[in-house]
Amino acid sequence: MKYARLLFANLFRKKIRLSLSLLSFFAALLLFGVLAAVKAAFSAGIDVAGVDRLVVINRVSLIQPIPISYADQIQQIQGVKYVTHSNWFGGIYQDPKNFFPQFAIDVDTFRKVFPEFVVPDAQWQKFLQDREGAVVGAKLAERFGFKVGDRVPIQGTIFPGTWEFNIDAIYKGKDGNQDESQFWFQYAYFKERGPERVKSTVGWYTVRVDNPDNAPRIAKTIDGQFANSPYETKTDTEKGFATGFAKQIGNIGALIFIVGSVVFFTLLLVTANTMAISVRERTSELAVLKAVGFSDMTVLWFVMAESLIIAVVGGAAGLLVSMALTAGLSKSAALASVLPIIAIPFSSLGVGAILAFAVGIVSGLMPAYSAMRLRVVDALRRV
Amino acid sequence: MVRVDGSGTSSLIQVRGLDKKYSRGGEEIHVLQGLNLDVDQGDFVAFMGPSGSGKTTLLNLLGGLDVPTAGSITVAGDAITSMSRGALTTWRARHVGFVFQMYNLIPVLTAFQNVELPLLLTSLSKSERRKHVETALGVVGLSDRMQHFPRQLSGGQEQRVTIARAIVSDPTFLLCDEPTGDLDRKSADEIMHLVLTLVKDYKKTVLMVTHDPVVAEKADITLHLDKGALVESGKLAGAMAGGAR
Repeated sequence: MKYARLLFANLFRKKIRLSLSLLSFFAALLLFGVLAAVKAAFSAGIDVAGVDRLVVINRVSLIQPIPISYADQIQQIQGVKYVTHSNWFGGIYQDPKNFFPQFAIDVDTFRKVFPEFVVPDAQWQKFLQDREGAVVGAKLAERFGFKVGDRVPIQGTIFPGTWEFNIDAIYKGKDGNQDESQFWFQYAYFKERGPERVKSTVGWYTVRVDNPDNAPRIAKTIDGQFANSPYETKTDTEKGFATGFAKQIGNIGALIFIVGSVVFFTLLLVTANTMAISVRERTSELAVLKAVGFSDMTVLWFVMAESLIIAVVGGAAGLLVSMALTAGLSKSAALASVLPIIAIPFSSLGVGAILAFAVGIVSGLMPAYSAMRLRVVDALRRV
Repeated sequence: MVRVDGSGTSSLIQVRGLDKKYSRGGEEIHVLQGLNLDVDQGDFVAFMGPSGSGKTTLLNLLGGLDVPTAGSITVAGDAITSMSRGALTTWRARHVGFVFQMYNLIPVLTAFQNVELPLLLTSLSKSERRKHVETALGVVGLSDRMQHFPRQLSGGQEQRVTIARAIVSDPTFLLCDEPTGDLDRKSADEIMHLVLTLVKDYKKTVLMVTHDPVVAEKADITLHLDKGALVESGKLAGAMAGGAR
């Protein structure tokens, strides 16, 4: 502690340089935090995907329908517990920017396949009895101020016309990790009002199996069963499906890794250069410290400590602000429809802190080593 | 008593057969050649000589900042020429006070903090350190400038802070490398008055390199470096004059 004054006096010697160095770490860790949150948001669906669920889509593409008659055939396969189906609706509420996903669901089987979505029983019963009824997620309800009993018009885009729904229920995720921004309505209503082409088809099936170990076999059986038919299927685990869906946007993980690596490598070079300049400027002072009896190791730690303080303070500030920023973003209604769950995972905070610390160590190492090896006689001769 | 013939037996500083060679651009430069020196407690020695004669090299060797090519230096019984780099650092902290021509104060520390630096290496408490620093700054007449930064001091004041830093841990001897070289005559006289006070009143041993004959005149004896060896050219002051050197 008795060296603290010397340490901080050196640190604050060039305030603009210190501010810029701190800002470098701040910006890098802020970016890291936000990118980590984005990555986590994109993989949120993957992480919460049920291990005992399969998704069956048209082999050609997700947007191609598959016959509703497949439901009974799939149900007959050994190991299949429940089968439910869904359709993408793609409507607009008031304005195109108010995007949120709407699904026509099979009300008889939906809750058996997706038990993680919790709907009060009384509300669900009301929904079952209301052909124009809808269930909305808690976040979606909060975003638009929907209340049970409200009548909501949705403008169809794929299925033209104004579709009116009664909000009968509001669902929540079981543990807070689920997407609470969806809008469900009855497949029966969809079939009734939709065009002829959708009356005997569904968008996709979600299959719940008795044992996750059986999932590969069941997936193979399903696809085998409909092979060489006009509607061949492609079955994957829900996790595989979610991963594939996320990859349609791009390899977010790789992109974030590349951006992060470039940022940290640049930060390393900039900080190391700054520390080297800082040490070079103080050559005679370091020599004097050694002359009066400061050991080589003490001088080394002086330089290392400066580098580490900049890294830790700047990095911590960046991570804290990124946490605040993502907390703010998670409340953004517009973003919630695209990335329903946005938060920095604790593991990423840990990785960020370790990265900042490591950059602090590595960038300070060479200048600190030079300071340690400095010969007093040579240094004083240079003055 | 100062001797240059290697005949001393119980001197505070004992230098025997000191050699120092440099290699520069493939050429070997023999700066010091078989140099002998004996300095007793309380002596004030001035070293003179042309540029490149090895004055600063000798001072660096005496202060444990450099190692000789051959020969030995013993200070108060410690053979510093056989010490490791780490041991030399510890030894310097305890035994040597340095005063440099360019002051070499840390610009971001106040006069008080600069003087306190050598004491940070000791086990003294904060209040004890404060007491020592205040005493040292009092000796050099800067009690009223303790919280000033170097940039707020004149050259003479900065050099006095350097001297306070050199004496604060009560070292065995002081090494001064052209302490007045960067000062005007008035400031130089003040610094020399201070050095003489340290020698006379505080019984400090001082070894000083200078180019200035007026400054050298103040020392008990002036030694010239000539062809790598020391040659006596001055006289010991007062009653000591005429003794064997």
